[in-house]
Formats: sequence, structure tokens, C-alpha cells
Amino acid sequence: MDFIIGHYNYWVVIFLMMAGFYTIISRGNLVKKIVGLNIFQVSVFMLYITMSTVHGGAAPIISEGVENYSNPLPHVLILTAIVVGVATTSLGLALVVRIKEAYGTIEEDEIHELDHSL
Amino acid sequence: MTHNLILRVVSKSLIPLIILFALYVQFHGDFGPGGGFQAGVIMSAGIILYALVFGLDAAEQVIQPPLLRILASIGVVIYAGVGIVSLFFGGNYLNYSVLADNQVAGQHLGILLVELGVGITVFSVMLIIYFSFAGRSRP
Amino acid sequence: MMQGHTSLLLVVLPLIFAPITAVLPRGRLTWLATMAVTSICAVLAGMQLMMVIDGGVISYELGGWAPPWGIEYRIDSLNAFMALIVAIIAAVTLPYALLSVEKEIPERQVPLFYSAFLLCFTGLLGITQTGDIFNLFVFLEISSLSSYALISLGRRRQALTSAYQYLIMGTIGATFFLIGVGLIYSETGTLNMMDLAARLPGVADLRTTQTGFAFIMIGFALKLALFPLHLWLPNAYAYAPSVITVFLAATATKVALYVMLRVLYTIFPEGVVAATPTGDLFILSGMFGIISASVYAVYQANVKRLLAYSSVAQIGYMALGIGLGSATSVMASIVHLFNHALMKGALFMAVGALIYRIGSSRVENIRGLGRQMPWTFGAIIIGGLSLIGVPGTAGFISKWYLVLAALEQQIWLVVAVILAGSLIAVVYVGKVIEALYYKPPVEDNISVKEAPMLLLLPTWALVLANVYFGLDTGLSVGMAEHAVETLGIIAK
Repeated sequence: MDFIIGHYNYWVVIFLMMAGFYTIISRGNLVKKIVGLNIFQVSVFMLYITMSTVHGGAAPIISEGVENYSNPLPHVLILTAIVVGVATTSLGLALVVRIKEAYGTIEEDEIHELDHSL
Repeated sequence: MTHNLILRVVSKSLIPLIILFALYVQFHGDFGPGGGFQAGVIMSAGIILYALVFGLDAAEQVIQPPLLRILASIGVVIYAGVGIVSLFFGGNYLNYSVLADNQVAGQHLGILLVELGVGITVFSVMLIIYFSFAGRSRP
Repeated sequence: MMQGHTSLLLVVLPLIFAPITAVLPRGRLTWLATMAVTSICAVLAGMQLMMVIDGGVISYELGGWAPPWGIEYRIDSLNAFMALIVAIIAAVTLPYALLSVEKEIPERQVPLFYSAFLLCFTGLLGITQTGDIFNLFVFLEISSLSSYALISLGRRRQALTSAYQYLIMGTIGATFFLIGVGLIYSETGTLNMMDLAARLPGVADLRTTQTGFAFIMIGFALKLALFPLHLWLPNAYAYAPSVITVFLAATATKVALYVMLRVLYTIFPEGVVAATPTGDLFILSGMFGIISASVYAVYQANVKRLLAYSSVAQIGYMALGIGLGSATSVMASIVHLFNHALMKGALFMAVGALIYRIGSSRVENIRGLGRQMPWTFGAIIIGGLSLIGVPGTAGFISKWYLVLAALEQQIWLVVAVILAGSLIAVVYVGKVIEALYYKPPVEDNISVKEAPMLLLLPTWALVLANVYFGLDTGLSVGMAEHAVETLGIIAK
């Protein structure tokens, strides 16, 4: 039991990761796929952030009387990863907009039919 | 949205504060939490609020899309250029210590310039993303 | 000091010129700038390779922060060789790009096209240069994001859906990589590759480390389009603009393969790799990939798609080389990586020339064109022979070494699969040649003339390289042997 509660952050990460991944695989709607992709990525961000916590550590800003800081490096890495995520999302959505204009639908199976009925 | 008086008045008084806060985050970045990414996003949020309330055309009057593309490029060039300048001063790429007389001042100057570049790029790229999505449905 | 600057400029030069190209006025100026940057980079990459061969490993500390705290560029003979391949292919593609892009991309988008091309180039070069595993992720995403955008610029609407599909698969792959990096970071507390290599043996038995390893490998297997994770590749290559197909087919998957070699042999200790069935998986996926993708290629109606499936099969050969795990086989993989870049570059360029003239690459539309476009046809024949692995062409050399490696370990099934793959290649290459030469021409194409010189010259440069490296293996095999030594693979 302690094992489960003591690692609750990892359970949250795993749940989000699987939820996101499942959404990408199971949904045919292109926007929902991107939502799933976002959840999937955010779960990884959370993995990094929880990893950086030092027990009893303060936020990594130098101040007097504090000796124990959390590890700032994963935060910086994730800031970069978030930017990458924003770029991916906007590019993905831009493609969806163009797909909608070209096909008139954003359902994967309908697009498939349109491509093969030619 | 032309008739929502409360929205118009509130956002008009908020936008300067948002931009001021963005500048604070931008230039405070080398002492405390903050920096170009955050400042750029806050600043662009101010403009996006303006666009939401007063319409896309009005926002594009304030800041024109062709200008944004140039700004986005300038930001990247500032960032990469600072690195190149430190090459000329005999340091490694992005080694800010050589930019000024002493190391601390050099690091200060370097990070300030780099964050400025980042801020400009993030600001303009966020707006480009917003404008190109919002402007898509326009005939 | 100067040495390091060369390695750095390789990445920074295209990075600076990417935004500049985006704001240059329309017209040929953007092309000229891109052309200049890629040529300079090719020269720099050549210089870097010489310096590595003469003076050993180059280490460059970004920002003057010493590794493992700062980001380090660490160049050994494998990186330097990879960087040279990427830069040379880009420099050869660019002259070809001028006319092809003017034909296929709307004028309004041309500056942005070259800007994205330079970003993709930066990303690929960055992956080869960096010695920091998170920095590698960033460069991976730079190159991936720009290649999604570039693929979506294809003329048909399927380009959009295939770019979308690639985006989803590519991001899943990159995120898997990120998970793996996170797991090994939590075990070792470092991101520098050399530092990781020093610290990972201490935690090799932990399941976290092994899981991290698995995530990294699967993430890059997606980017590499290793069978059965290759589903994004045929569409992406088939519908992208010709120039982008040439460039990506010749470089992107190769760089992914480089990262796999680096992860397998530099970063992770043998204990971790041995604890997972990595070698067997590579052999299995390689064998299935070679056979199934080759068979798929035979049934394609679009020549570009046919060649894309053949790429998946060729990636299978490289996977076999890694899977066999001996010094000879890994060397064969690296040689094949280089040769495949040459032959697929030449073939896709020749097909691009057909598209330039008739606007289609479907088998029924290109019938009889071989007689009207003899030079393009010649390029397809020689490229095809190299793809099959006929002696005297580059393709023969790498398959020869691969067969040797399999014979060393007496795995007859692998030998049989390699030969079967070549035989099926005869069928699909034959199909293209038959359509081009032995079928009566389509009426609309009667007046079609040979492709312009500017398209033919780069194509033939690569074709001749195919022949040259089939006869003189000094550079390709020599470099691969050097790289295998650096990786420290012991002969089995």
C-alpha cells in the first residue's frame, strides 16, 4: 500500500500517459488526436517536474537561510519541451485547418474514403 | 463585440498593465523568475485580448502581420548573433563572459540580450499563430 | 580552438540564415542564400572530417561551460562522417531545388520553403554534432517540425494528411525518446553522453535504466521507420515536394540510424543492451522489413511510393547490420547508410525530373518516357542497379559486407533474406524500367523533352558517385571502419 501511495505522482503520470496515448490511437477525429497528443506530452512534463523535487527543498531561487533547493535543471528542460509542444500543437492544428479546407471533413475514416474513391 | 461597453473599458485599462507586467518579467529575468519566453507570451496575450475585444482588423492596425514576420526573424538573429559576437571576442559560442570588461557584467549583458531576442521572437510567433488561425475564416 | 568553431558554425550558420531567408524578398535571392549556406556547410563538414581523422576527437564547450554541466559538441569520426553526408546531400540537392521548387511550390511560399529547409538542415546537422542527449531531442524536434511543414507543401491534398500522420507518429516517437531520457536522467543525474557512458554501468541492473533504454530505442525506431513502425514513411515520401523527398530520404532516416548506433554503442553499457532482446528484435524486424516492404513496393502504382517502400526495405538491411552486432556487420550498416543516401538521392531526383516534365509519377503516366528523356532514364537504370546491388555499383559493396557478416556468424536465414530482397528489388526496379522503355508512350507525352540541365547535373553527380563508390571503396569503407573502431565494437 505504501508503495502505491508513496509513488502517487508516478501513477498520475502513467494514467495521463495512457489516457493520452489511447486517445491518439482510438479517436478518428483529427483535433481529438491532437488533444490526446497534448495530454501524452504533458504527462512526460509532469514526470520530469516531479523527478526534480528534492524533499524539503525550496524553489531554486537563491535566498538567505535556505540551503536545500529543488533541482532546477528539469524545469529548464521542460520549458524547452513545452515550447516544442506548443510548436507541434500549432503546426498540427494548422494542418487540420488545411485538411478541413481540402477535404471538408476532419474525420479520419471519411478522409480515407475520399482518398480512395478517386 | 462592438457593443460590450464593460469589456471594452476593462480591457482598455488592463492592456497597458499586461504589457507593463510583460516588460517587468522580461527585464527582471536575469535576477529572478522570468525571461523571454514568459514575457513574450504575456505581451502577446495583451494584444490577443485587444484583438478579441476590438476585432482582428483593429489589432492588425496596431501591429501589422508583415512586421511580425520580420520581428520573429530579428529575434532569432539577435539570439544567434550574440553567440557569434562572443566568438569575435575570443570566447566560445554564447560565452557571455567575454562581452564586457568583467565576467559578471558580461554574463548580465549577454543573458539580457539573448532573452530580449527570445522575447521578441516568442511575442511575434504567438501573434502570428493567432492571426493566421483567426484570419483563416475571413473571405 | 579553431577546430571547435568549425563544428559550431556548421549548426549556427544555417540557423542564422533560416530567419533571414524568411524575410528576403521573393525571387531567386532566397535560393542563392540557401545554396551559399549549404555549400559552405559542406566545405566545413569536409574540414571537420579531416581534422577528426588527423587530430582525434573534437570537443567544443558551448558558452564556455565545461561538460558535463554545459552542452558539449563532441565530434568523432562517426559524427563527422554523418555531418558530411548530410551537408553534401544538401549541397547537391540545392542546385536541383531551384527549378523544381519554382515548379512545385507557389511563389508566395518559396522564401518560407527555403527557411524551413534550412531549419531542417540545422536540426539534422545538430543531431550529428551534439554530445548532449537533451540537446539532441531539441535538434530532433527542430528537424522534425520543419520537415512536417515541408511535406505538407506537396501539391496534392494527400500531402496534408500524410504530413499530419507523420506529425502524430513523429511526436509520439520524440516523446518516447523524452521519457527514456527522463528515466536515465533520474538514475544518473546527467545528460552529457560521455558522462552517461561513465555513470550508466553503475546502474545497469536497475529496471528503470533498462526501461529508459527501451523507450529511447522505440522512439528512434519510429523516426527511423523501422518495420513495423514505418507506416508514416511511404505516404510522406510519396506526396512531399520532389526536393524534400530527395533530401529527407537521403538524410533524415540516416541520422536516426546514427543516433541508434550512438545510443547502443557509446551511451549504454553492454549490460543494459544484453539484458534486452535488442539484437534479435533488430534482426527480426530487419528480415520482415526487407521482405514485406519489397513485396509492397512491387505492387505500387506510383513510382515515388514504390521507392519509398524500397527505402523501408533498405532500412531493414541497416537494421540487420545492427542486429548482428559484429564489427563487420555494423560497418556494413554504416556503409549501406552512406550508399543508400547516394542511390535514393539519385533515384528520387530522377523521378523528380519526370514529375517536373509531366507532373505525375504514376506508372501508367510515365510509359514510354525513357526514349524521350534518355538521361533521366539512364539515371534511373544505374540508380536501380545500385539498389539491386549489382557488382560495380555502391549497393553491391554494402550488401557484400552484410552477407559476409552473416556468413561469419553462419546465420543462413539472414543470408537468404538479403539475397531474396535483392531479387525482389529486380522485380520492382524492372517494373519501372519496363514502363519507361518498353511500353508505348502516352499520347499526351509525345512532345515531352529531356529534363533541363539544372535537374540533370545534380542527379548525375549522385549517379556517378554510385558508380565511383562501387569501384573505389576507400572513403566509404575506410570511414566506416574508422567509425566502428571509435564505437569500440569488438569482432564477434
